[in-house]
Amino acid sequence: MDKFWQTLADLDRRWLFAVTFLAISIPLLTGIVLPQKVTPMVENVFNAIDELPSGTKILIPLDYDPSAEGELQPMADAFVRHAAQKKHKLYFMTIWPTGVAMIQRQIATLKKEYPEYEYGKDYVNLGYRPGYEGVIKLITSDLPKLYGSDQQGTPVSKISMMAEIDSIKKFPLIVNVSAGDPGLKQWVQYAATPFDSIEIVGGTTGVQASTLYPYIPNQMIGMIAGIKPAAEYEKLMFEKYPEIEEVPSSNMANVYMTSQEAAHFMLIAIIILGNVVMWQTSGKRGRS
Amino acid sequence: MLKRTVPIVIASVVGFLLIFAKFSPPISSWENEVVMWFDILAVFAFVLGAGNLNLNNLKKISERKEGWGYAAITLLAFWITLICGIGKLGVPPNERYLTYLWSGEYDAEGSSFWWVFNYVYVPLAATMFATLAFYISSAAFRAFRANNVEASLLLITALLVLVAQTSSGPMLSELIPEDSLFAIFKIDTIRGVLVNLFNTLGTRAIMIGIALGVVSTSLKVLLGVDQSYLGGD
Amino acid sequence: MKQSTVIWIVVMILAGAYLSWRAINYQAGAVYVAPKVITDVESGNSITTWSQVPDVDRDKPGVEFSLARTLGIWLSAIFTLAIFSFLFGDNVVYKIAESIFVGASAAYAMVVGFWAAFMGIFVAQLAPQFSQSTFIPGDDRTEPEWMMLIPLAMGIMFLWRLMPVGGWISRWPLAFFIAVFAGLRLVSHFEADFVVQIKSTILPLIVFAEDGSFDLKTSLWNSIMVLGTLSCLTYFFFSVEHTGVVGKISRVGIYLLMITFGVGFALTVMSRYSLLIGRMNFLLKDWLNLGASL
Repeated sequence: MDKFWQTLADLDRRWLFAVTFLAISIPLLTGIVLPQKVTPMVENVFNAIDELPSGTKILIPLDYDPSAEGELQPMADAFVRHAAQKKHKLYFMTIWPTGVAMIQRQIATLKKEYPEYEYGKDYVNLGYRPGYEGVIKLITSDLPKLYGSDQQGTPVSKISMMAEIDSIKKFPLIVNVSAGDPGLKQWVQYAATPFDSIEIVGGTTGVQASTLYPYIPNQMIGMIAGIKPAAEYEKLMFEKYPEIEEVPSSNMANVYMTSQEAAHFMLIAIIILGNVVMWQTSGKRGRS
Repeated sequence: MLKRTVPIVIASVVGFLLIFAKFSPPISSWENEVVMWFDILAVFAFVLGAGNLNLNNLKKISERKEGWGYAAITLLAFWITLICGIGKLGVPPNERYLTYLWSGEYDAEGSSFWWVFNYVYVPLAATMFATLAFYISSAAFRAFRANNVEASLLLITALLVLVAQTSSGPMLSELIPEDSLFAIFKIDTIRGVLVNLFNTLGTRAIMIGIALGVVSTSLKVLLGVDQSYLGGD
Repeated sequence: MKQSTVIWIVVMILAGAYLSWRAINYQAGAVYVAPKVITDVESGNSITTWSQVPDVDRDKPGVEFSLARTLGIWLSAIFTLAIFSFLFGDNVVYKIAESIFVGASAAYAMVVGFWAAFMGIFVAQLAPQFSQSTFIPGDDRTEPEWMMLIPLAMGIMFLWRLMPVGGWISRWPLAFFIAVFAGLRLVSHFEADFVVQIKSTILPLIVFAEDGSFDLKTSLWNSIMVLGTLSCLTYFFFSVEHTGVVGKISRVGIYLLMITFGVGFALTVMSRYSLLIGRMNFLLKDWLNLGASL
């Protein structure tokens, strides 16, 4: 028996890599989707977009890169689909250089699933501006100063939906999806906190999420932190707008959650096993 | 004086202007101008970074240091991506201005820069971070040990939240009636308390401490006490 | 030849055979595109752009196989596996992939900054007629904005750091850069992370419901929030020795912080696994077309 515990203690980590690979791949291959229970925070975020009157102007900064795409793309898709379902006016921008490509993905989704959405009238891509949180600081008072033209180079003065937008205080809601700094924290610090009129909801990675909870609810309405709340958000979407469920990629978070579930239980088992091995082998060492 | 005093004066004047602008609306237009220059200067930071990359890698290649082959690959990847992007190779003109050949978006779908980003940058960036998951599994077995009270608290909390972040956990605790005494042991309730109460209070304390640290560090820089950003003479 | 080398060679041959079979029979990694023709009525010019279509639409008229994008998918898969090969130990393939990543990411940021800021703001404001005739045809600015010369001068001073002589001049714009960061963050952190957080912690410890009855749940919640925050702050207060009452309060603070870190750890773990799931989804579905059949 001692040999058994010692073997486990000396286990080659590649076996653990293999178990991780299987735990994640097998659920993905089966395509099983598990039911989700919606939490109050996700409901608050959902209602923040859903209860706005149709045609409301919403600013959507997408501040993430491909390294966070696996976690944030499903929630970004869900936010954009939800806003488009409500016929809101969408203003895309980013303060990350790689966010430009993330905006492109959302625009491709809009063109495919909401062909009635017209560029310049229903949505606009303001693109990227460098300057980290300086961008947020500037656009709280003078947006056209920094965004003289959109991503395509068209002057904002020639875009009808930019007509009355002199600052982001004109947006009743900001929906930020972010993977780090600068991101949701800076939007709260520079936009939501100094100006009571600016309301923010966010989507963020699990890594950043725990540091943002103190902002809720006084500085931020709520946030979607990771893939599980994103799956809950999708569930709310399907309940309110059943037609969305027919879109192939609309339940991406729910598909991912099955693998996530397997990974979580695998990790719990590994942690418990590691501790049992420690107790068994350290007990032997103490006695000898 | 030009090398140390002038930069310190610039830092003080600009920094305090931004602080006072918060409380003085008449100078907020100056604040906007300063921040605008900052935003534009950030572009030059990218150029500086790229310039450094080129210099260091060229030095490595010319001195035939160990791994100089990889430096050559780095430079090749850099210049191919740069030429594709700056040259707008394969970019169609803007839909509204078809006669202006350079009017299209530099990352238009189907362009060479778009191709490099989607099929070279995206898989490399995404996979770099995805690999961490394997190391978490390995570390969980070897390093996450409940050796003392603090570590045990950390692990138990983590295990509870991990279970709560699944479908099975909340579904199983649905078996507990809502109005029973044991309702506080529902995994959703436990998760809510851990995340919204305990996590919030701990993070809030850390946040307050960090805010004080940022204020003191910023003041040290603006008052010229901390001159480390200037480097040596 | 070492046994491990033989095993690896056999694995590679089998994998190659499987991938070839998958590519031929199940169109693994194949990308199909549909054209969109845009015509300018005035000039009569037209361009054709291509967009990817889902697999189910590949037989529709006009849809064509895209060699460039298919090669791209296969290259993405090779890069993904190259990075994953690090799990077996550092190797040449991983190092090559890493080198490409470093070069491409530096260039990407430069390209985006060039078009978004340098051309989109600088050149557009300093030389409006030039930008109108080339990159931004619709721009209606006429007069140059000479104030832009100031950040241009600062930028040149910044880049002078790379020169062998006179690099010290880069300290001036660097000082400006640091000062803006310091000035902005001092105010924002103090307001959002200090004042408002303290305000949010000022909560009633004894709460009564609307019907006048004692609300135990909210009272307990608020009490733990206030007292817990204070005990965590006590732990970070090093001006007083942590002995006696202060020591006990700070001990409670440590335990509460451990719960905080436990939550952070769980969320971080969830986050990392999500990223891996995303890549596995790409390999299994987008590349190998797996799902219904193996």
